[in-house]
Amino acid sequence: MRDIAIVAYQQTDSVSDVGAVNEVELIMPVLARTFEQAGLKSAQDVDFVCSGSCDYLQGAAFAFVAGVDALGAVPPIKESHVEMDAAWALYESILKIRMGHADSALIYGFGKSSPGELPIVLSQQLDPYYLAPLWIDSISLAALQARMMLDKGLISERDMAEVVSRSRRNAMNNPHAQLKGDVSPEDVLAQETYLSPLRKGDCSPVSDGACAMVIATVEQARAWGLPYAVITGIDHCIETHNLGMRDLTDSVSTRVAANRAGMNEGKVDVAELYAPFSHQEIILTRALGLDSGTEVNPSGGVLAGNLMMASGLSRVGEVFNRIVNGEAQRGIAHATSGPCLQHNLVTVLEKGEKA
Amino acid sequence: MANLAAVVGIGQTKYTTKRTDVSIAGLVREAAVNALQDAELGWDDIDAVIIGKAPDMFEGVIMPEVYLTDGCNGKPMLRVHTAGSVGGSTALVAASHVQSGTFKRVLTVSFEKQSESNAMWALSNPQPFSTHLNAGAGGYFAPIIREYMRRSNAPYDVGIKVAVKDRLHGARNPLAHLQKPDITMQEVEESFMLWDPIRFLESCPSSDGACAMVIANEELADKASKPPAWIRGVAMRSEPTMYAGRNEVNPQAGRDCAADVYKQAGITNPRKDLDCAEVYVPFSWYEPMWLENLGFAPEGEGWKLTMEGATSLDEGGDIPWNCSGGVLSSNPIGASGMIRFAEAARQVRGDAGAHQVEGAKLALGHAYGGGAQFYAMWVVGSEKS
Repeated sequence: MRDIAIVAYQQTDSVSDVGAVNEVELIMPVLARTFEQAGLKSAQDVDFVCSGSCDYLQGAAFAFVAGVDALGAVPPIKESHVEMDAAWALYESILKIRMGHADSALIYGFGKSSPGELPIVLSQQLDPYYLAPLWIDSISLAALQARMMLDKGLISERDMAEVVSRSRRNAMNNPHAQLKGDVSPEDVLAQETYLSPLRKGDCSPVSDGACAMVIATVEQARAWGLPYAVITGIDHCIETHNLGMRDLTDSVSTRVAANRAGMNEGKVDVAELYAPFSHQEIILTRALGLDSGTEVNPSGGVLAGNLMMASGLSRVGEVFNRIVNGEAQRGIAHATSGPCLQHNLVTVLEKGEKA
Repeated sequence: MANLAAVVGIGQTKYTTKRTDVSIAGLVREAAVNALQDAELGWDDIDAVIIGKAPDMFEGVIMPEVYLTDGCNGKPMLRVHTAGSVGGSTALVAASHVQSGTFKRVLTVSFEKQSESNAMWALSNPQPFSTHLNAGAGGYFAPIIREYMRRSNAPYDVGIKVAVKDRLHGARNPLAHLQKPDITMQEVEESFMLWDPIRFLESCPSSDGACAMVIANEELADKASKPPAWIRGVAMRSEPTMYAGRNEVNPQAGRDCAADVYKQAGITNPRKDLDCAEVYVPFSWYEPMWLENLGFAPEGEGWKLTMEGATSLDEGGDIPWNCSGGVLSSNPIGASGMIRFAEAARQVRGDAGAHQVEGAKLALGHAYGGGAQFYAMWVVGSEKS
């Protein structure tokens, strides 16, 4: 199979409300910076384009169509879209390159969550006949999951607070982070509970923003003369939608995806995990069997800013950045979709020969 | 080069206005089970699942793939959404899972349960910072059709002829939603005007339905119990909804997409080289327009093929279009593109029943979406090359 590399990654700042900025205005600046990094002029210079977004965030039936306006798709381009996080657009693009129909691809994801009430909006992701009519929001479901963890003695509230504290402190080095600061676990525990047992700090913020990436065959990346990180594995796996039939204290599908992606074939220096709630970072870390030899979420993770439909791709971008900066040799990026970590994707990245 | 892949199983539901007897999941499952049965396979034989549907607002379920996971637990599952072309795009993304050598055998399903939705609302709700059309799909395409009529000087009844022809085709297909074996030109002409020049009977219906396919690699397809439909070419193209100088009647993206897929399949003269085509025609006049866009006729002359009966099975035409009845006979929006792709495959598998084109060896499946700006096409054949 053809070796595929990441050569460019950019994202917007994660902000709570971009105001009147529309999708095109959200995407175009980040695309421009991505093209600049890759030494490309426009989307015409790659063989395939794929995006991830969700209509419901904007409240528009074809939100992604506006995205095409940001691409300069004249003459027409080879383009596709997933109604998923852009990490899955990366997956589709990799298949396209593997089958020989493209040597390079642009992937982008965007989300403008500020116009709606995100936790309530996401309740409409549930079974439409039995669960969605109850309007169970995403935070309440995560709170139930955290409560199960606490009741079983698998975690303590302090463990959760430590995740939040580390996120805030790591995010101080992340220029795009929305929430950052020298916050101690005690500071977190001093907060009132929001949806018990979750405190506001345990929940990722609502954010607006976008990110973009260029990938190419390793041959193409070398021809471009760009530093790159090789994608040595990518896989994903979904579990039943019926929460009562899942062990919510574990993430089986993450483990399966990581094994199939070859995570355990080498040391993992860095892991960027898409954990929208503090206790979920602990679930994921344990499901993956990560130990102290792996730095988890050095960017601050999505607790520092959660670009819906782009956060999964931005995990990959964060690992790419660390590899090309020489901070890590090998890392994994995780993306999730659905309530309580239902659907999970794992990407394994390694330093390229000339990176 | 892409690995060889083939369709080895096809399943559809009976298209109808309201399937009150099943949930969304039940509808999807019915098509999937039919496809697995056709392929003589079970859930365990499937390595990945690829789902497609039009906007989530249609049924009001966000990312319904998350809820529709029964049967794919533990498998990779991908959800495609490229507007009206989604059924076709989904088939292409599914094929890429196999053509890339990543998977051996995958299941793909597209669906729409329009009875649980309000498509007109979902397509017309005002969007911040954008022009509010409030027109639905017909209102959007009517002026473009009028412009085609002006440019081509086509007789006024070309659309009426297509409306009759596709319904007569649909009457041969027991799965088709509209069953109108006795439809006449007069009946179509006298049906009320919806979006001038589009009459009620020149429009697609609103349907509940799902379509599924099993796509396998060469090794498994060679062993399939029924004849496979080999995927001979795949192409996608997109262009913006609006730009200066855009040819909305004969969009560049459609022409480029067709040229790409023909090149892969070794087609130089589509009318001669292909035996039949399943083309996304939701409003009657799109048949002559796409005949030109897809290179079956020179620009301005697509309507002549329609009027000569070249696209009609009943008139013994040389290049029958939409033998299944097409989108004009059944339109579960998210599935409509995949139905075109699946019906093209049925033809080359020799499995199209009363709407079979005798001896069909090479067929085109086509879908388009958005403001006629997203295109997905494949060519399937009874032989590998």
